Amino acid sequence: MLVFIARRLVATIPVLGMVAVLVFLILRLSPTDPAAIIAGDYATTAQVEEIREKLGLKRPIVEQFVVWTGRVLQGDFGESFFFKKRVAELILQRVEPTLALAVSTILLSVLVAVPLGLLAAWRHESWLDRVVMGFSVLGFSVPVFVIGYVLIYVFAIKLGMLPVQGYRSLWSGFGPFAERLVLPSLTLSVIYIALIARITRASVLEVMGEDYIRTAHAKGVAESVVMVRHALRNAAVPIVTVVGIGIALLIGGVVVTESVFNIPGIGRLTVDAVLARDYPTIQAVILLFSVVYVLINLLIDLSYALLDPRIRY
Amino acid sequence: MSALEEGFESVLPAPAARRPGTWSRVVRSPSVIFGATILLLMLAMAVAAPLLGTTDPIAIDPAWRNKHPGTEHPVTLSTGATETIVHWMGTDTLGRDVYSRVVYGSRVSLVVGAAVAVISVAIGLFIGLLAGYIRWLDGIVMRVMDGLMAIPGILLAIAVLSVWGAGLLTVIVAIVVPEVPRVVRLVRSVVLSVREEPYVEAAVSVGTPTPLLLIRHVLPNTIAPLIVQGTYIAASAILIEAILSFLGIGIPPETPTWGNIMAEGRTLFRIFPHNIFFPGLFLALTVLAVNMLGDGMRDTLDPRLGKRL
Repeated sequence: MLVFIARRLVATIPVLGMVAVLVFLILRLSPTDPAAIIAGDYATTAQVEEIREKLGLKRPIVEQFVVWTGRVLQGDFGESFFFKKRVAELILQRVEPTLALAVSTILLSVLVAVPLGLLAAWRHESWLDRVVMGFSVLGFSVPVFVIGYVLIYVFAIKLGMLPVQGYRSLWSGFGPFAERLVLPSLTLSVIYIALIARITRASVLEVMGEDYIRTAHAKGVAESVVMVRHALRNAAVPIVTVVGIGIALLIGGVVVTESVFNIPGIGRLTVDAVLARDYPTIQAVILLFSVVYVLINLLIDLSYALLDPRIRY
Repeated sequence: MSALEEGFESVLPAPAARRPGTWSRVVRSPSVIFGATILLLMLAMAVAAPLLGTTDPIAIDPAWRNKHPGTEHPVTLSTGATETIVHWMGTDTLGRDVYSRVVYGSRVSLVVGAAVAVISVAIGLFIGLLAGYIRWLDGIVMRVMDGLMAIPGILLAIAVLSVWGAGLLTVIVAIVVPEVPRVVRLVRSVVLSVREEPYVEAAVSVGTPTPLLLIRHVLPNTIAPLIVQGTYIAASAILIEAILSFLGIGIPPETPTWGNIMAEGRTLFRIFPHNIFFPGLFLALTVLAVNMLGDGMRDTLDPRLGKRL
């Protein structure tokens, strides 16, 4: 087991290395001089020259990459040209809202989607199944910001039940914090619920034909126990896998949802950085999100042995 | 059919004849019928946009800003006669007719969806065939693809746009980049499963050159899964284009696109929600149609694909 964990950890290094190369190269592949882009549209030639010197753009590209990677590994993403702050500091200030939104969305999605998928599989090809599958296709098709605005319109504007936008830190009290998190989490979870419900249904259906399910029924085990303990447990691996893969969708959704609900998180920072052409921040944010995505999927790979004792490493 | 084509038909083994009725099964699928109908309507709307009672979608009219849906607007023509324009979907903060913008906006969405699907599939097919068949290339190509796939799609698109600037072409490129690795993986997996087949071995043993082998014996196996994958790519491309435009980093704001209309409607959303709801409805309906088309084709073209989600 330890050997497997070590091997799996080592295997993520080339992926992360490739991500670093790509993020680094994206700026260098630009058709214009990166120093000129960073300096902005109103910079003088002297300023551009200064930035070029500062970034070490005159050195060979491999050397530049090594220097950049070395700094990134120490948590130094350089200075934001737009926010006039260290990028690392900027990101740290924005972590809390994004983390709160992501965690509440994942919890909500799993709690809603797994039972839905299970029900659909249990009553396969019934109206219930069709409703769940219909919702799932719809969830994939309605863009996240349209869902957000419909929810704002109904629950915040028409019914006045919840605040329209904004974010309050958890430290300022749970009530205001939770109140402002309901609509964004609901918005963001729609596509995630669609994804997880679909895969839950498919993997439970696959298991339903197995002999041990028939045996369980035959010896008189209650229907609900068969579904949860026999079917769902054996269908767990693909479900957990898709939760991990879905993190990519979630991250994309965070960027949009934070903009719709005016939440000062990392997603919002991404959009602001792009609009301001703040390259050090863009690079840092993309790198950060990708590392999180890769690490979560690593953890999920490692969890397979816990979920399914048949899997041995 | 011309005589020439008929001649070829008799010489070439027709692959379709092997499984009779595949396409007739596809066109009978309710999902395909629903999806294709909506999509054709959208296409007709996009092509016939000037004929559908629209006005200039970028014409600004400061006197007619922020009107509710159904507002009547008398206009004096150059001939002296007056005509009434009805703003079915109201007007935006610059007095532009939302209905006209929504109708014209379908053009951008459909072009982006189709272009991204075709380009991603073409590039992915080429790379995937080579990676799957040429062993030494496989390792390198797949490491690059793993790296690309580790970056969440929208972020990768945002990164590309931040460097290359906003515009229709750059938006297409920005959405193609994250989609290509998914196609490469699919094609490669098909190639890896096919390369051990007896007919491929037979072709190798009679000395078929590799390019011909790939095109004649391997490529046909990728067509059905690629049609399905391409459809899903089109749906996701339409969504991502709208998201990018909505965030203000996609297509320049004066161009009527569904994302742009919604971005414009954000500030006064509480009073004039129609600026978001109308384009949102068209967008959702179009993406739904493309997804249904994909689901229907997946289930009928290749039932095994369904299990891969």
